Amino acid sequence: MRSTKPRRWGERLIEGAIKSTGIATIVFVLLIFVFLLKDSLPLFGHAKQTASLLGTRWLPTSEPEQFGLIPLLLGSLYVTLGAMVISVPLGVACAIFIAELAPQWLRELLKPLVELLAAVPSVVFGALGVLLLGPWFAKTLHLPVGQFAALGSLLLAFMAIPTIVSVSEDALHAVPRALRAGSLALGATHWQSITRVVLPTARSGLIAAGLLGLGRAIGETMTVLMVTGNAAVIPQGLKGFILPVRTMTATIAAEMGETAHNSTHYFALFFIGLLLFLITLVVNVVAEVVVHRMGREAK
Amino acid sequence: MSALPSAVGRTLTQTGEDGSQSAGQSVAEEAFLPTCEEVPCAPNILRPEGEIKLEARSLNMYYGSFQALRNVSMAIPERRITALIGPSGCGKSSFLRCFNRMNDMIDGFRLEGDVLLEGNDIYRRDLDLAYLRKRVGMVFQAPNPFPMSIYDNIAYGPRLHGRPDRSELDQIVEQSLRQAALWDEVKDKLRQSALGLSGGQQQRLCIARVLAVQPEVLLMDEPASALDPTATFHIEELMLQLMEHYTIVIVTHNMYQASRVSQYTGFFLMGELVEFGHTEQIFETPRDKRTDDYIRGRFG
Ligand SMILES: Nc1ncnc2c1ncn2[C@@H]1O[C@H](COP(=O)(O)OP(=O)(O)O)[C@@H](O)[C@H]1O
Ligand SMILES: [Mg+2]
Repeated sequence: MRSTKPRRWGERLIEGAIKSTGIATIVFVLLIFVFLLKDSLPLFGHAKQTASLLGTRWLPTSEPEQFGLIPLLLGSLYVTLGAMVISVPLGVACAIFIAELAPQWLRELLKPLVELLAAVPSVVFGALGVLLLGPWFAKTLHLPVGQFAALGSLLLAFMAIPTIVSVSEDALHAVPRALRAGSLALGATHWQSITRVVLPTARSGLIAAGLLGLGRAIGETMTVLMVTGNAAVIPQGLKGFILPVRTMTATIAAEMGETAHNSTHYFALFFIGLLLFLITLVVNVVAEVVVHRMGREAK
Repeated sequence: MSALPSAVGRTLTQTGEDGSQSAGQSVAEEAFLPTCEEVPCAPNILRPEGEIKLEARSLNMYYGSFQALRNVSMAIPERRITALIGPSGCGKSSFLRCFNRMNDMIDGFRLEGDVLLEGNDIYRRDLDLAYLRKRVGMVFQAPNPFPMSIYDNIAYGPRLHGRPDRSELDQIVEQSLRQAALWDEVKDKLRQSALGLSGGQQQRLCIARVLAVQPEVLLMDEPASALDPTATFHIEELMLQLMEHYTIVIVTHNMYQASRVSQYTGFFLMGELVEFGHTEQIFETPRDKRTDDYIRGRFG
């Protein structure tokens, strides 16, 4: 009885602390948004430069300046899309293996290994790409250059895989055992049960896993800056994957240090930042909605 | 005390001098085993007259070091309803799962003794598990419809076991739902999610889903325990209709249910089959004191 009062105090304190960190997070996100807005809106005071945003050339130092975003948007799209094509099947397959097929000891070995992958700094992936993979691919596949879009995709895929694996694995574990039992009892094999019941049931979770992986890949900077060649050209068809591209993130990272404060170039870079922020926000919100719906479906 | 019958069974299997017991079945599948007359049965275990569909012989079952079944022998008659009763944790579900080998995937599971379907050992090495489970279907305690449409739930089994065309499937779906007394309630919403059905309807859907693969045996593990009285009544009615074509084994902790639907009843206690006989006999004149105590509600 005596202890109720102090404990309530303590509880209230902890509750308050948790609540304020939550609020702080929201405030930070809003502040980031406001600052991006503040430093990118002045660009629209310059009619010519504003008009050039929809152009096909990114020439920030030429006269007149041109801030065509199309090559950068397409560059990001190529690299990210490529990363998804590689990471989603691999990540989901890996999650199926860990959750459904691997024996206990292998599962306990694989899970930390995959998590370790998430801890590798992106500059290490970049170095790996520039020094080893790029030259190797260029030589064996007779590519014109050792830095190209698909190389960025490959490395980004490995960065997105831990996210995809762990979210997919949760989704697979959320499938009730009773459904597997029901399927097996009807004479399905283990594999049939996985493909016909478990995967369809975990569908929204797997989609969410892909989206969260996508969110991870779009924002990645260091690796793509190092391995994709950074040529702001419009990628053409499938061939675009084996040629250099420049992503939005790499552009900001490469040019921010060289530009004059409050120049139109500076505003344009912030505008790219704003776009990236909005894209990532949308992807994550959609992923959250899907995960949420998955929770409801499970009930 | 339990080692003897099993040992006798094994010896006879090896000598195998008499093949007449299960004549009429495929010779290739034949695994000769002694009949109950040859194996000493516990005195209160009846061997039902008529065709025997399933048979357990001297089963000892373990989960790791824990023994869940102790020397259980039971013969289950064809096209009858056999009820398994007993307090919670006495091994009813474990015993039931021996007949479609759903215990196989449990870690530490081990089985001694024989389980026969029409005289053939279902734990033999070259057994086709999918085929066994097609013949011996199972309905679980909690309804477990797949999160897909009513139609796809029923079509799931037939699609596993063959490549039925559209009209065949339509026919199977309708027939199974009619058999499970669910057709009239769902015929206008076959394409809707099965999860939208009520609990009782979901359980009948699960029964229809099993019937769609045309099994010979239905194992039902407390199929009505999660349902309200009306839905329970529905399921019981249904079982009595299905008895005409199927061999049914039902686990229930509800003795009234056992006495209402079954012709044979087995009473389990702590992994042991204490008594097995005609349902009226078990409920009216039990031979074992422990059965008597349980029926009169003197324990758990
Ligand atoms: N998967 C399992 N692993 C270990 N022990 C189990 C498992 N399933 C059941 N048991 C044990 O076996 C005994 C019989 O269980 P069960 O067959 O479910 O009984 P019943 O269906 O009669 O309630 C219980 O003591 C239970 O704890
Ligand atoms: Mg049980």
